[in-house]
Amino acid sequence: RQELLKWNGWGYNDSKFIFNKKGQAEFTGKRYRLGGMVLPTFKEWIEKTFGASLEHKTTSRASLNVNDVPLSTVNEEFLQDLRATKISYSQDAEDRVFRAHGHCLHEIFVLREGMFKRIPDIVIWPVCHEDVVKIVELACKHNLCIIPFGGGTSVSSALECPEEEKRTIVSLDTSQMNRILWIDEKNLTACVEAGIVGQDLEKQLAESGFCTGHEPDSMEFSSLGGWVATRASGMKKNIYGNIEDLVIHIKMVTPRGIVEKNCQVPRMSTGPDIHHFIMGSEGTLGVVTEVTIKIRPVPEYQKYGSVVFPNFERGVACLREVAKQRCAPASIRLVDNAQFQFGHALKPQVASIFTSFLDGLKKFYITKFKGFDPNILCVATLLFEGDREKVLQHEKQVYDIATKFGGLAAGEDNGQRGYMLTFVIAYLRDLGLDYYVIGESFETSVPWDRVLDLCRNVKERIVRECKEKGVQFAPFSTCRVTQTYDAGACVYFYFAFNYRGISDPIHVYEQIERAAREEILANGGSLSHHHGVGKLRKRWMKESISDVGLGMLRSVKEYVDPNNIFGNKNLL
Amino acid sequence: TVAEQTTEWLETVSHSLLVCSQQKELTSKKRDEFEDILEERRLSSDLRYAMKCYTPVIYKGLSPCKPNAIKSAVLQSEQVQYVIKQLAKEMGESPDIIQEEATEILDEMGHSMQLGAVRFFAFTLSKIFKQLFQRVCVNEEGMQRLQHAIQEHPVVLLPSHRSYVDFLMLSYLLYTYDLALPVIAAGIGKDDFLGMKIVGELLRRAGAFFMRRSFSGNRLYRAVFAEYVKTMLRSGYAPIEFFLEGTRSRTAKTLTPKFGLLSIVMEPFFKREVFDTYLVPISISYERILEESLYAYELLGVPKPKESTSGLLKARRILSDNFGTIHIYVGQPVSLRTLASGRINRCPYNLVPRHLPQKPSEDIQEFVSDVAYKMELLQIENMVLSPWVLVAAVLLQNLPAMDFELLIEKTLWLKGLTQTFGGFIEWPDNLCAKKAVVSGLTLHSNIARLVDGHVVLNDKGEEDGAVGEIVFKHALAVLMCATYRNQLLNVFVRPSLVAVALQMTRSFRKEEVYSCFSFLRDVFSDEFIFFPGISLKDFEEGCFLLTKCDAIQTSQQEIYPTDKGSVIVSFLSAMFRPFVEGYQLIFRYLSKETKEAFTEKQFIPGVRNFVFQLLEKGNTQCYEALSSDMQKNALAALVQLGAVKKKKMSNGFTYSVNQEAVNKILDMFDARIPVQKPVAARL
Repeated sequence: RQELLKWNGWGYNDSKFIFNKKGQAEFTGKRYRLGGMVLPTFKEWIEKTFGASLEHKTTSRASLNVNDVPLSTVNEEFLQDLRATKISYSQDAEDRVFRAHGHCLHEIFVLREGMFKRIPDIVIWPVCHEDVVKIVELACKHNLCIIPFGGGTSVSSALECPEEEKRTIVSLDTSQMNRILWIDEKNLTACVEAGIVGQDLEKQLAESGFCTGHEPDSMEFSSLGGWVATRASGMKKNIYGNIEDLVIHIKMVTPRGIVEKNCQVPRMSTGPDIHHFIMGSEGTLGVVTEVTIKIRPVPEYQKYGSVVFPNFERGVACLREVAKQRCAPASIRLVDNAQFQFGHALKPQVASIFTSFLDGLKKFYITKFKGFDPNILCVATLLFEGDREKVLQHEKQVYDIATKFGGLAAGEDNGQRGYMLTFVIAYLRDLGLDYYVIGESFETSVPWDRVLDLCRNVKERIVRECKEKGVQFAPFSTCRVTQTYDAGACVYFYFAFNYRGISDPIHVYEQIERAAREEILANGGSLSHHHGVGKLRKRWMKESISDVGLGMLRSVKEYVDPNNIFGNKNLL
Repeated sequence: TVAEQTTEWLETVSHSLLVCSQQKELTSKKRDEFEDILEERRLSSDLRYAMKCYTPVIYKGLSPCKPNAIKSAVLQSEQVQYVIKQLAKEMGESPDIIQEEATEILDEMGHSMQLGAVRFFAFTLSKIFKQLFQRVCVNEEGMQRLQHAIQEHPVVLLPSHRSYVDFLMLSYLLYTYDLALPVIAAGIGKDDFLGMKIVGELLRRAGAFFMRRSFSGNRLYRAVFAEYVKTMLRSGYAPIEFFLEGTRSRTAKTLTPKFGLLSIVMEPFFKREVFDTYLVPISISYERILEESLYAYELLGVPKPKESTSGLLKARRILSDNFGTIHIYVGQPVSLRTLASGRINRCPYNLVPRHLPQKPSEDIQEFVSDVAYKMELLQIENMVLSPWVLVAAVLLQNLPAMDFELLIEKTLWLKGLTQTFGGFIEWPDNLCAKKAVVSGLTLHSNIARLVDGHVVLNDKGEEDGAVGEIVFKHALAVLMCATYRNQLLNVFVRPSLVAVALQMTRSFRKEEVYSCFSFLRDVFSDEFIFFPGISLKDFEEGCFLLTKCDAIQTSQQEIYPTDKGSVIVSFLSAMFRPFVEGYQLIFRYLSKETKEAFTEKQFIPGVRNFVFQLLEKGNTQCYEALSSDMQKNALAALVQLGAVKKKKMSNGFTYSVNQEAVNKILDMFDARIPVQKPVAARL
């Protein structure tokens, strides 16, 4: 798998944005619907939005320079013990660098232009729960530091090795623990090894006619164990629930031993739920090895949809009403105008004159006939799932509500494209990096009544901070509401800027991101909805959960892992 | 020893370096140039001006709406509805009735801006202002900054308040510069303002809105009012304007700020309903105040004529009079976000729904108070002082008569001193001192005049009446004159209180002088504007300014006047002597004459009679102690110092005196005993 993936960027090696010989943007590979397509307006959008020019290019190192990589220091006695267990391991530089990072901007930047100060000394691949037990025992015996590694898609600096860690750092890669152990059709549960990657899990379950329905945007690469460790959230949580709703049973190996419940029941009243110590523990307590997860029959029918609103305010009001009536489709998302225009710029070249004519007509209808301002309007994308009949009924209900808020149905195709872009958008950062554009996304959750204020203020704060920090071209600062709940919503921000003329862009970037997070907190938003805390957002933990709350978490850590074997220093 | 000498020398050097750097800071503070807006009016048609194309720049996030839409938005807001429901429950009445009441309140204060009324005002005010004033000078750069600010964020205008002319003038100014007319929160007293029916209604149409001067206890009124202001602010409909001082200062001395309105306009930012809010301090300085004699009467307790429409018409007489020049300095817009950064704990606002009324936390209250003082200090900094202000200050120290030439000489001397202290004097480069003094005397001929080469106060009645009559007339003239000297006081207060402290302690030990300074600062905390809690910094600034004009020399331990400095030190302490003596008289009255609890209504005439009798007998010369403003401030100071207890009763407040405590303060004041106050911070 490592061979299929980029060593210094997001996703598959064969999939990326490029500018072809004609200077037009193109997405390579055959994995995505956008693959092989030419995006005629994209270049112009980039130039207009970032003031970037194709003539100014930075290039990453073509490959890893092995001489830069910190040496591996591993105790020989431990290696002997390890060999005795027959568990495979590697001290190869590339293997170790690959597991030294997640996908934060600064991490990718380091890969392209520098080197990490500290990386794992050894990578170990257990293939089952028992292997993990052995590894943890050895780590305790030799006083090593273990950092569990799943899909490596963290965006919270959670995988970064603490620089000051003097012990041997073991990267415990769960990727070989990827089997479905059993499926229980009567209770609709499946027991799965924690290293399985999202798309494999769904593919394999589908062979038996089931799915989990848990689809985070990273599902192609992220793992079940990672979801549990970070309290992940899936796009279709409205039907299937977030990870905490999906999990029935967890087995975790800790330095104290194995923690698990004695039965697989939907709910129990036995004091605070121990699953909630595990979910969100971010690798600080142990390794999740096996998870029993709820499954559902694969839905009979899926239908995409989209709605155009005259402005963002009306769109948010509509989502709020949908949440109030508890009739949210599997997924409902609302992008602001800037992101709408961005999506527009990613439209592939149209096949025929007829489609282009139709597009023109649609545009005319919305902007001229209905009077929507193309620089203000915003779009919601929808995904319905279930019985065909129920889906159609549900669809009507949602569109009726949308109409009340001035929304206009804008077709299935736009909806589907919106969701496809979710997967592709992650590839864009690598393109940006080639042209002096850096960017990142971050998220929060917020009560309904504060959604609009938070979105406006955070975007404004980003623009101002950029100006203050000497960013010459106004940044791309945009948001979307990606999840609805009874009491609030999840909001996602994208933020990117052209850093030409700035000597230390990463530092500037981090200052701005920090300011944006301050702004989120001041607006009544949370520290994180599903990305987690890692090391990136630790500074705000005390404020977020109070002194006593932090103490509670610490005392659990102290009991479970007194010698800090799981020493990735996340969270606390 | 050598070592000691070296350290001392090093300290002196470092201190003088510090002084240099501070000096640089003071002189580099360059102020904007002024432009006379009446000049244009005198040259072209007022009618055309009133009918000009008026398209003010607006806030970038504004969604246009009609005043009625705003009113109904306020009425339907969660905030107001919540209070209506609460009251209905508590009083057992139907919410509809209370809602009705809320509608009435809203109508009473609601503004409705109509262009016609605005144009009418533009026309009439042009005529009136040209009659009354020689020039209306504005710093254009300030107006440009304001124009930018209005487009960027909601704006709150915070002008100083010396006259009813203030808000008319400000609206007129904004109209002239094609800016959105402000929505004004002007107070309604009983019989005040709203009584002026025609003008009132016109003002409302021109955009003023009204609040009752006191609505503590009326929760519905408070809720409606607060929501109205906040709706205006959030929508960015128009700048909000109100007076931090709460009311017109009768003494031309900046009044201590009121916090209620300020905390209301700051709330949308605290709750992040707006990204930021700009606070714009505006200093409006009058060469001659329209209401000067009214104020003097009022301070002496003679009921003022009601501000009725007919009263205003009678004021036509005033129109034939000359009131000199007005200077309006629009200060740098201050970003509330910047002020608040790092100071506000956001938690309280995140844990309660934003529409619920919430008592501001202590740190918020402290912050609001700090901002209020900061804004007033900015107002003071940019107040323009006319030469007459200097004349008045000199004259008051040399009554009953002063040699004309000496007056000119002293005025010129004071000009230099004032500039050293950072005062903003409008004195044209080529104007000789004599001309400046003469033109001041001409403009203020009702206050002072030149008789046989001497300048005297204009304090004679038609006939020489009874002793009481003479005292009253003289007091009137003194208070009017003091109104002008007062404009200097906040610029002078820090070095002057150091000077007073030097004289009171008769000691050169820095520690003792500081204790005394600190005591005086506390006693006068309602009289002059001090930023809360930085006594030591104020002291250092006072010492620095005195050093700067070579009046004193300081070492690590000591402060002593220089030979040349004794003139300055005695001038400065004489400048504040009326306050020291006035407070002594008032304290004496309180310690001797009041045994039982009393109300403010009883206190004012009581102390006035007490002082009046002393003046009649010639036992004091402190006419300013007759000023009800000083009397109230002195009482408030004692309350703050804990020597008087203030109790809330059903019919207002009552006060009771702790004789022993007042006597002690009095003793300190009379310098019979040294100020006993632990030195708060190391000097």
